[in-house]
Amino acid sequence: MAASMDLEPNQVVRLLQLGDFEKALRSGAIWACVSCQTCSTRCPQSVDCAGIMDGLREVALQRDIACPTQKTVVVFQQAFLNNIERNGRLDEIELIAEFKLRALPHERSLGFLLKDAGLAPELQRRKKLHLRGEKVKDRAVVRRIFERCQVS
Amino acid sequence: MKLSYYPGCALHGSSNDYEQSMRACLGKLDVELQEINEWICCGATAAHALNHKLSIALPARNLALAEQQGFTELLAPCPMCSMQLLKATQLINEDAELRREISAVIEAEVSGQVKVLNTLQVFQRVGLDRIKAAVTNPLKDLKPACYYGCLLTRPPSVVKFDDPEQPSSMETIVSVLGAKPVDWNSRTECCGAGMTMAHEDTVLQLSHRILEDAQQHGANCLVMACPMCHVNLDMKQRDIERHHGVRFGLPVYYLSDLVGLALGITREDLGVDRHFVK
Repeated sequence: MAASMDLEPNQVVRLLQLGDFEKALRSGAIWACVSCQTCSTRCPQSVDCAGIMDGLREVALQRDIACPTQKTVVVFQQAFLNNIERNGRLDEIELIAEFKLRALPHERSLGFLLKDAGLAPELQRRKKLHLRGEKVKDRAVVRRIFERCQVS
Repeated sequence: MKLSYYPGCALHGSSNDYEQSMRACLGKLDVELQEINEWICCGATAAHALNHKLSIALPARNLALAEQQGFTELLAPCPMCSMQLLKATQLINEDAELRREISAVIEAEVSGQVKVLNTLQVFQRVGLDRIKAAVTNPLKDLKPACYYGCLLTRPPSVVKFDDPEQPSSMETIVSVLGAKPVDWNSRTECCGAGMTMAHEDTVLQLSHRILEDAQQHGANCLVMACPMCHVNLDMKQRDIERHHGVRFGLPVYYLSDLVGLALGITREDLGVDRHFVK
């Protein structure tokens, strides 16, 4: 994964050691990271690089300085959490709809909006498409958990 | 054997073939799955990427529910879910103050004493001797590339399962079924995970390498235990082939599919007929 990042995980860690938090927080790398945990597992100094990526993403979001070219990834993660906050469990179609609509201003293409739509009949045929997702009964408690964790 | 079961969102969503396969296969081995009531999403990557506290609270709520419902062990077939459950368990066990704080957040007392199991561990628990004895249809023509992905073995300090660089537990299980697992390099490489929608190119690149490596090492199928990996390697395989101008045609099985097939369960009963690559 590191090959397609603007900063490699070890460079992100080095920036933090040097005190350049801004560059790390504004990097695309922290959003390109797929959390595969390979860097944390292999680091000879036991630095939890993947955990650091998580921390940087959280702060970048709080400060609203997430890398503009990675906006689509940011929006996806936010749409995912919004979905859980509402339903307690993931509603896949609702997630895709919210993600596509919120990412459209960044992607600016009809192709992006319609891409994956062709999958719907294929999934339907395989009984993998659920037009209405499951919801937990006590959704109020889920909302309170989110409130207490101060999800922005 | 009765076992409490946390399906997670994927197994009740577009990866419901994994649940079908697990239930059919474990049923045949006399393992009854009891789904915990009112389980909620573990938060997956979105939670740990955006909100640390939430990434502990969501799985902790499920651990607390399992306890309340009288369970001491919890099967989570999705490695994302099991890793998040294990991570929450570890953090609250290391820090009593955090445990109290999280219990207040989730409105339920969580002790951190529930033992979380992944799919492979359940088969190990059933016993490989017992599985071997129950094989009626040895998979002698199968040469699977056993694919662990990221979170079955990583981070090792959290999941404490097998070897993070050279795992072998899946090979051991499929060998018992009569299959001949290939030696290959990409066992623990990442498939692109949850980027399927958010950044498709990541999946097209990373999953391509995995399929190519499996093919080059003589595999005639892949086997795995992760719903997200299955989406990327099965559902997206055609897109990957098209994007790179190659042809793999490698069927992608859940581990429970192979165990089930070897025990004589039909492809239809396991849900194998609902996969994309035939």
